[in-house]
Amino acid sequence: MSGVPRVVLVDDHGLFRSGVRAELGRQVDVVGEADDVQPAIELITSVQPDVVLLDVHLPGGGGQAVVQAIKTVCPSVRFLALSASDAPEDVIAVIRAGARGYVTKTISTGELADAIRRVAAGDAVFSHRLAGFVLDAFAAAASSDSGGLAGGVKPSFDPELDQLTSREREVLRLIAQGYTYKEIARELYISVKTVESHVSSVLRKLQLSSRHQLTRWATERRLA
Amino acid sequence: MGNVEDPERWHRGHEPFGHWRRGPFGLRHRGSGGPLRRDPADRLAGGVASGVAVWRGFNVTTVRIVFVLAALIPSGFLVPLYVAGWLLIPAAGEDTSIGSRARTDSRGIALAAGLATLYAFLLFVAGVFNDGWIDGYAWPQVVTVAGLVLIWRNGSSEERATLRRLGEPLGSVASPTARTRWTAIRLTVAAALILGGAGWLAKAHESLSLLRPLGAVLLVLAGIVLVLGPWWLRIARDLSLERRARIRAEEREEMAARVHDSVLQTLALIQRQADDPQKVVWLARVQERELRSLLFEGGAPADPGLTLTAGVRQIQEDVESRYGVPVEAVNVGDCALDENLTALLAAAREATVNAAKWSGAGVISLFAEVEPDSVSVVVRDRGKGFDSSAVPEGHKGLAESVHGRMARHGGTASVVSDLGEGTKVSLKMPRSAVDRSRSGSLS
Repeated sequence: MSGVPRVVLVDDHGLFRSGVRAELGRQVDVVGEADDVQPAIELITSVQPDVVLLDVHLPGGGGQAVVQAIKTVCPSVRFLALSASDAPEDVIAVIRAGARGYVTKTISTGELADAIRRVAAGDAVFSHRLAGFVLDAFAAAASSDSGGLAGGVKPSFDPELDQLTSREREVLRLIAQGYTYKEIARELYISVKTVESHVSSVLRKLQLSSRHQLTRWATERRLA
Repeated sequence: MGNVEDPERWHRGHEPFGHWRRGPFGLRHRGSGGPLRRDPADRLAGGVASGVAVWRGFNVTTVRIVFVLAALIPSGFLVPLYVAGWLLIPAAGEDTSIGSRARTDSRGIALAAGLATLYAFLLFVAGVFNDGWIDGYAWPQVVTVAGLVLIWRNGSSEERATLRRLGEPLGSVASPTARTRWTAIRLTVAAALILGGAGWLAKAHESLSLLRPLGAVLLVLAGIVLVLGPWWLRIARDLSLERRARIRAEEREEMAARVHDSVLQTLALIQRQADDPQKVVWLARVQERELRSLLFEGGAPADPGLTLTAGVRQIQEDVESRYGVPVEAVNVGDCALDENLTALLAAAREATVNAAKWSGAGVISLFAEVEPDSVSVVVRDRGKGFDSSAVPEGHKGLAESVHGRMARHGGTASVVSDLGEGTKVSLKMPRSAVDRSRSGSLS
């Protein structure tokens, strides 16, 4: 990959697409736009962009449908989810489907371009809100464990995947408090690279953990 | 003035009862002098009594007592007369009566006719058993039933609400969801009375002579059910369809009202304040929060006195709307509030307000996390910051009162600030054993 990342915009609001396209200007190379799940899948398979900027809410099945369809066909395409109205269960679903990050639509242009570059480089991008959701999800999963074998059989219990290390939790907390990676690095006396690897590790756990509590978390949270 | 004929008003009073204002016997009266109008503002049922009272200048209570006494006389014709009045006399402030609107409502007329025949049929069956005063009283009510149906279908929503209020005792018996212990007792007593009465009636007719009319009644009943049954079924279905449609329409109206109150109003404000970016951002934030709570929490925000998350949201809202500085609030976990956690929230509020007032930061982050044995809140800004050794005016209060508040309840507070780097206030409150055991259901 050389130069600016090639980006596809998937959002059902034409106004938002043209706004993002105009704002990002030359910082990225917008190679296509789509407004729904099916056209998006066709477009992405044909142009093979570096990053897809994907709205969580699409009329034809939500952003996660796009991620799932593309994952098998072109695994090199990376997804950055964004939404205006982030119900936790939708956001977690898109991330678990394979998106490399999540930002809100209120993000500033500079930060968005930065997030796209990060995702293109293979890093994970967590907004403060996503960090909160993830901490919440793992905390809920952990607390439902302490109550014994709730729900009976636990398929493929893997403590490495099902829990966050205290360092990872520390990093997520700081992200949730609005710290940038650089500030986190300074605060914890580690390098930015290490911060990035912690975040990527959290993302991997979030996507690979087979724990059903994690998938159920969102719905439970909504009911509570 | 009251006695002067006003031709224009006379014409408007074209309703059947309009000319009554001169009095049935051509007598002058001491009433309003206007046409007879029901008075919806002072109503127990249709507002007919108060209308008559105003029209003729009587005392309302007197008219009501006369009405009730008259309604109780055996022939019972005054009740349908009252309903007819409700139907035919326009309400004050309206041009047309319910009856004139009902003329075009063909389904309503069919429904009224159907229910009236059903009622008449029931009376017919009952009449075989007894020819007493109940029978004579009940027949005029055929008209009442039809009239009430037409009022229900064509009256304004206020009229419907009144009818619903009058019918509530009956409805609570019929609806299985509204059944309480009290209605169960009432039902039992009613059933006992009805059975007792039926037994008594049967006894009075002597056992054998009862059988013959009973057999005939059963035959007629079977015939009528065969002929009219499908029609009644359709009426019942229409009724429930109509109810559902009305509920849907009401929900849509409510949603539209809320969107109008919030979103459209805010959009209008944003257009007018377009040259003030700070104000526009603030308006958008307030609206976003409102809409989010409407969409994801199904209505009004939770009572801030109940949970930590609701309390944090309250701080966010208050600070954003009072100081115009966006607050990014993130909650991890939730738990019920006790005295200590309320103190924690108060300290967090103070720290957030301070950041909004003094830091000059564009955004404040407010982070609350519930852990197994403690609750922590972090308030952070990337503003001016201050030199901890030379505390400027205004920050002194923060350090003292935040520390004091937290210490009094067994918690800790730390304030870290550097000039040009911003300020971070970390608050931590241990959780009581009681609270921990309760939070299982909340987190």
